[in-house]
Amino acid sequence: MTAAVLRQTPLPDPFRAGIASGWKVIDASALSADLALQADVAIVGTGAGGATAAEILSEAGLSVVMIEEGPLATSSDFHMLEREAYPQLYQESAARKTRDKAINILQGRCVGGGTTVNWTSSFRTPPTTLTHWSRTFGIAGFSEADLAPWFERVERRLNITPWEVAPNENNDVLRRGAEALGIPVATIRRNVKGCWNIGYCGVGCPTNAKQSMLVTAIPAALSNGATLLTRTRAWTFDHSGGNVTALNCVALDPRGTDPGPRRIVVRAGTFIAAGGAIGTPALLLRSRAPDPAAIVGKRTFLHPTVVSAALMPHRVDGYAGAPQTVYSDHFLDSLPVDGPIGYKLEAPPLHPVLVATTLSGDGASHARWMRELPRMQVLIALMRDGFHAQSEGGTVSLQGDGTPSLDYPLNDYFWDGARRALATMAEIQFAAGATTVMPVHAAGASYADWSEAQSGVAGLPLKPLATAVVSAHVMGGCPLGADSRRAVTDHDGRHHHLDNLYVFDGSLFPTSVGANPQLSIYGIVAKLASALAQRLAPTRTALRD
Amino acid sequence: MPDSAASPRISRRTLLKAGIAGGAGLLLARWLYTSTTTPQSTPYGALDADARAIVAAIAPVMLAGALPANDPVLLQETVAGVEQAIAGLPPAVRKEVDQLFALLSFAPTRALIAGVWSTWHEASPASIGAFLDRWRDSRLALLRSAYGALHQLVFAAWYGNSNAWPAIGYAGPPSLEVG
Repeated sequence: MTAAVLRQTPLPDPFRAGIASGWKVIDASALSADLALQADVAIVGTGAGGATAAEILSEAGLSVVMIEEGPLATSSDFHMLEREAYPQLYQESAARKTRDKAINILQGRCVGGGTTVNWTSSFRTPPTTLTHWSRTFGIAGFSEADLAPWFERVERRLNITPWEVAPNENNDVLRRGAEALGIPVATIRRNVKGCWNIGYCGVGCPTNAKQSMLVTAIPAALSNGATLLTRTRAWTFDHSGGNVTALNCVALDPRGTDPGPRRIVVRAGTFIAAGGAIGTPALLLRSRAPDPAAIVGKRTFLHPTVVSAALMPHRVDGYAGAPQTVYSDHFLDSLPVDGPIGYKLEAPPLHPVLVATTLSGDGASHARWMRELPRMQVLIALMRDGFHAQSEGGTVSLQGDGTPSLDYPLNDYFWDGARRALATMAEIQFAAGATTVMPVHAAGASYADWSEAQSGVAGLPLKPLATAVVSAHVMGGCPLGADSRRAVTDHDGRHHHLDNLYVFDGSLFPTSVGANPQLSIYGIVAKLASALAQRLAPTRTALRD
Repeated sequence: MPDSAASPRISRRTLLKAGIAGGAGLLLARWLYTSTTTPQSTPYGALDADARAIVAAIAPVMLAGALPANDPVLLQETVAGVEQAIAGLPPAVRKEVDQLFALLSFAPTRALIAGVWSTWHEASPASIGAFLDRWRDSRLALLRSAYGALHQLVFAAWYGNSNAWPAIGYAGPPSLEVG
């Protein structure tokens, strides 16, 4: 093809092509009547957990209905604009908050869930975390060796490989600064294929290079005959005699924010809750699923994250290039897992709305920092929560209208880690040549060198709604484990009190992961869903082996 | 610390008093709001005239040095951006935002809690700036969270607008033209 012809060729959108070829996709907001569906398996949620399960179960010949609260948006809809993407693709327009509003939570809400909007960072569950789960929570079957084949399988499926291209400058500052201080760093593995290195993963990949659920498992499930309902809020399970009999759903209005007039009932032999670690506990709570130990929604973890902004003497262009490619686990690995809170260091993408809403303050000082956007460098420290008696996480409960709210108190145990992390990040930024460092905090103090930062951070009045705290990882709330007094599901992900209900998402984790969770969810759900497929469709599954 | 050098005892007592008044005022405004307005008054977060006036007064102060002064079109776009952002929120959050604007438009709470004694239309940038500073630095988490809501709405509305980008050196998304 000549260049002129190529220029007129739009980028391919395999999802739209699939719909044209007859995939069963129903936008519930457009329904003109109530709907009743029947399937072997009903799956709530199409993120890392739900979509992985949908592919595996449909591959085994089971009929599957996927229920997604968010809209379907595909590569043709992804215009790399924050103002479009946040309201369309995220929970609460990317402004979901904990109950006291102290933590802003970035959480996907669209077909593909968080995988459609995440920054592609792919880590296996750290062995330290798995060992802790085994020793402290008695979890069996999830050792490093048990999970390795499942991670290998998912890594092949999603092309998870180390990022061989040079990091963008925002990430390279982390590398250079840390190395100058003798802090080990490593390269992040990413789930991309033919990545254009443009840096807009967080607003929907326009080239389909990101191997999210939107371009992998969901198309595979639909090709296997699965049905996808969008703008459909799973509201309650009907259950009796220890089994779920039906899932009652509310069709949302075309804007996707409010309940519309239509209702949908899905009857199935098996039900899977995979609506994420806020949605899944909320669904169980609304359904009054048996919970004798009152543990559903408790111990919800966030990797609460603090932020350090710096100015470099040269251009950083932190909005361009793969957003996360360098990390350091030094401040996780050098601390006992159940000691003072440890943190993972990463760099975030620096798009205008994300930066402007995260930076504290207003008026002239805020405007001055924004004018320096091209020279701005930002580091984040993600706290490994849930491993210590003083790190109990948060609690999901229901508001008056039945929608969930997450109460996550920030205590001194957390603030101790936050203060250490803010100091670490400033030291790294100065070691890489920063001229100014500002811990993101309402006090707005900025420092010109490391010694000034060291004493400044030591005296910062850290507190909720003054110190910026953000999260992009919601985990826990329906932990797995053999002991029904401490766990909502057994080691198969099966609900302890409802025999045909499974939880297949990040809410299974008894603590946070201590790493960006997508690969943990893929791998663990691949294992659980494969075992379920074996039980539900033994002949088909055996034939494939 | 240097910033607490000026009569810390008095300022603490004053703040505490303002805190108690603030808490009571919020409850009052919430009660007045819920008993005098009908639920369908603000469909999908569309702001009423009072709320729009508040945003139009606050945005130029929050965005001082960013939003060009005396540009009614850009100010209007920013107000519209705030409305759009609110429209994307779930009903429970929209209700909280409504309560915040009710508190800010009801003259007694506007004066007692926000400390803005004239109407928003007549309020000076200095008095609005002082109000924002007080809420941002308040000892009451509730007021800090209300400041946070205004902060997020206004900054998202302005920096989501491509007119904001030249001044911050952001060229916008790259072209994906093939070939």
